[in-house]
Amino acid sequence: MHHLIPLLAAVPLFGAALLVATGRRLSRAAAEITGFVFSGGTAALALVLLLNSAPPMTEWVGGWLPVDAESVGILVVGDGPALGMAALASLLTLAALAYSWRYFDQPPRERTGSFTALMLVFQGAMCGFAVAGDLFNAFVFFELMSVVAYALTGYRIDEAKAVQGALAFGVVNSLGAYAMLMGIALLYARTGELAMAKIGRGLDAAAGPGGPDALVLASFVLVLTGLLVKATAVPFHFWLPDAHAVAPTPVCMLLSGVMVELGSYGVWRVYGTVFAGPGGIPAADLTRALVTLGTLTAVTGAVMCWYQRHIKRLLACSTVAHTGLFLVGLGVLTPEGDDGVALYLLGHAGVKAALFACAGVLLDRFGSVDEHALHGRARRLRATGVMFAVGAAALAGLPPFGTALGKAVAEEAVGGPLTAVYVVVSAITGGAVLRVTARVFLGLGPRPQEAEYEISGSDEEPETSGRLRRIPDTMTTVPAVLLAASLAVGVVPGFGALVARSVNEAGSGGAHASVHWTGHGLLLDAASTVLAAALAGLAVTRPRRAAAPDRAAPLRRLQSGHVGDYVAWLLVGAAFLGALALPGVLGG
Amino acid sequence: MHVLPYLVAAYVFLTGCYGLAASRNLIHAVGCLAVCQCATYVLLLAVGYRDGATAPVFSDVKPGSRPVVDPVVQALTLTDIVVGATVTALLLALVLQIAKRHGTIDPDELRELRG
Repeated sequence: MHHLIPLLAAVPLFGAALLVATGRRLSRAAAEITGFVFSGGTAALALVLLLNSAPPMTEWVGGWLPVDAESVGILVVGDGPALGMAALASLLTLAALAYSWRYFDQPPRERTGSFTALMLVFQGAMCGFAVAGDLFNAFVFFELMSVVAYALTGYRIDEAKAVQGALAFGVVNSLGAYAMLMGIALLYARTGELAMAKIGRGLDAAAGPGGPDALVLASFVLVLTGLLVKATAVPFHFWLPDAHAVAPTPVCMLLSGVMVELGSYGVWRVYGTVFAGPGGIPAADLTRALVTLGTLTAVTGAVMCWYQRHIKRLLACSTVAHTGLFLVGLGVLTPEGDDGVALYLLGHAGVKAALFACAGVLLDRFGSVDEHALHGRARRLRATGVMFAVGAAALAGLPPFGTALGKAVAEEAVGGPLTAVYVVVSAITGGAVLRVTARVFLGLGPRPQEAEYEISGSDEEPETSGRLRRIPDTMTTVPAVLLAASLAVGVVPGFGALVARSVNEAGSGGAHASVHWTGHGLLLDAASTVLAAALAGLAVTRPRRAAAPDRAAPLRRLQSGHVGDYVAWLLVGAAFLGALALPGVLGG
Repeated sequence: MHVLPYLVAAYVFLTGCYGLAASRNLIHAVGCLAVCQCATYVLLLAVGYRDGATAPVFSDVKPGSRPVVDPVVQALTLTDIVVGATVTALLLALVLQIAKRHGTIDPDELRELRG
C-alpha cells in the first residue's frame, strides 16, 4: 500500500501535463471531465490510503533505501495528518473544479483546459507537500504550490488588481521560501541529512551539554519564517488579503480552505519531527513564539475582518484570524490542542470554501462584492442567503458544526485567557459575515454611508461570461455540500475520535486524548455564536457606532498594497520570531 | 572552517531584501528576489565544500581514492535554480501585465489594494 503514496503528487501532475499537451484539440467539456477524472482519482486514492494509515506508512521513492542508516533518497510519509491533508486538498480541488464547471468564460481555443491543468498542478503540489517526509522535498512542493497559486491568482491577466495582488503574493511567498531553504541548508550542514526525522535525531546527537546553539536557532527561525508566511501569521500576512480579494473565486476556495492551512500543518510537522528533541528548540520557547504570534494574528485578523466591506477581502481577513487560532492551539503543544486544531481546520475548510462560493454567486449576479453597494439587492437569492447565514454561524462556532467541535476542544486545551481569545475572535469574524448577510441578503438597517479611504468591491469584473441566465446548479450545490461536510465533521459519531487518534499517533509524543462534545465546550460555542449575532445586530442597527472605520485606521494603513513594505514586515517578523525563541538558547 | 562563504551568503540575502524593500521599479524588485535566491546557492555550495576535494565525477577518479565535494548540495542547487527560473519568469510576466494595465511599474504608484 505504501508504494502508492507518491502517486498522490504524480497523478494530478500527469493529468495536468496531459491537458496541456492535448488541450488544443479538446472541447471544453472533455478537458474539464479529464480534470475531474484525475482530481477525483487522486481524492479516492488519498481516502483509501487514509483508511489504511494505521500504523503510519513511509516510502522511499524509487527504492532509494537508506544504506547504513544514511540516505539521500526522497522520503514520503503516509500517516493520518499527512494523508488527511492530502485528502482535504484533493476533495476541495474537486469541489472547486465542480464549482467552476460553468463559471468562467469560454476560454480561447488555444487555452482550453489551461485553468483545469493549473488546478491539477496545484492539487498535486499540495498533496506532495502534505506527504513530504524530507525537508528539501517539502521546499520544492512548497514552491511549486506557491508558483501555481500566483499564476491562478493572476489568472485574469487583463485585470489590473489581479496582477498586482498576484505579484505581491509572489514576491513575499518566494522570499519566505528562500528563507526556508537557507534554514534547510543550515540543518543539512549540521546533520548531513534531509529526512525530517533523521535531522531531528542528528540535532539531538550533535547537541552539546549546553543544548541548542545559534545555528539551530537560526535554522529554526528561517524554516519557520517560510512556513509562517504561508500560514499568514502576523506580520507575514499582508499578501493574503491582497491575493484573496483579486483571485478568481474557485481559486479563493482552495487558497483559504487548504493552502494557508498547509502552512500551519507544516509548522506542526517540522517542529514535531525536527525541533522537538533535546537538541532542538525547547518547548517553552516554541509555545511563547507560537502563542504570541498566534494571538497577534487572531486579533489583527479579526479587527481587519470587521472593518472590510469588500466581501472576499472580509473572508480573507477572517482566514487570517482563524489561522491565528490554529497557531495558538498548536503552540500549547498538548495532544488535545493538536486534535482540536485538526478538527477546527477540517470544519473551517468546508465553511470558508462555501462562503467564498456564495460570494462568487454574488459576483456573478451583480458584478460586485461590495457590502454597501449590494445593500438589500440580493433578497431574491434565498438559497445563497441561507447558506451564507449558516456559514457565518458555523464560522462563529455554532454547534454542532465541525468548527464548533474543534474550537471547543482547542479552547479546553489552551485554557485561561486564551479561551477568551478563541471566543471573541471567532465571534467577531462570524459577526462580520452575519452583518454582510443581514445587509446584503435581507436589506436590514439603514444604507451605510460612503466613507473615504476604503477598498470597495464594486468595480470588480464579473468572472462569468456576461451574466449567466440562471445560477448554474453546481454553483449552489457545491457550497451546500461543503457546509454539509463541515457539519458532518461535528456530528458523525466517532469521526472526532478517529481524527484525534490518527493525529496523536503521528505526533504528540504518543499521548492520546479523547475528543467529544462537553457541556463546557457547548456553552462557550453558544456564547460566541450569541456574541456574533449581537455584534452583527449592533452593526446593522447602529452602523455609525459599530463600524466607524477610523478606529482601526492605523492598523488598516499598514496594509499598504506596497511590495516593499510587505518585505520589510517579513524581516521584522523574522527578527521578532528569533527574539521570541532566543531565551531557551541563551539559558540552555 | 571557512566562515567567509557563510558571511557572503548572509550578506547577499540581506542585500536582496534591502533592494526589495526599497525598490522603485518592479523589474528591479524581481531582480532583487533573484539576488536573495543566489544567497541560497552560495550557502548550499559552501555547506558541501571540502578542502582539497575534486568535483564529484568519477569518470577518471577511482571511487574512494580522493575526497570529493558533497554532490547532494549540488543537486539541491540545480533544483533550486530550476525553481528560481520558474519564479522569475512568472513574476516578470506579471510585471509586464502590470505595466500594461496600470501604466507604471513603480510600486509607490500602485495603491489600489490597501486597507
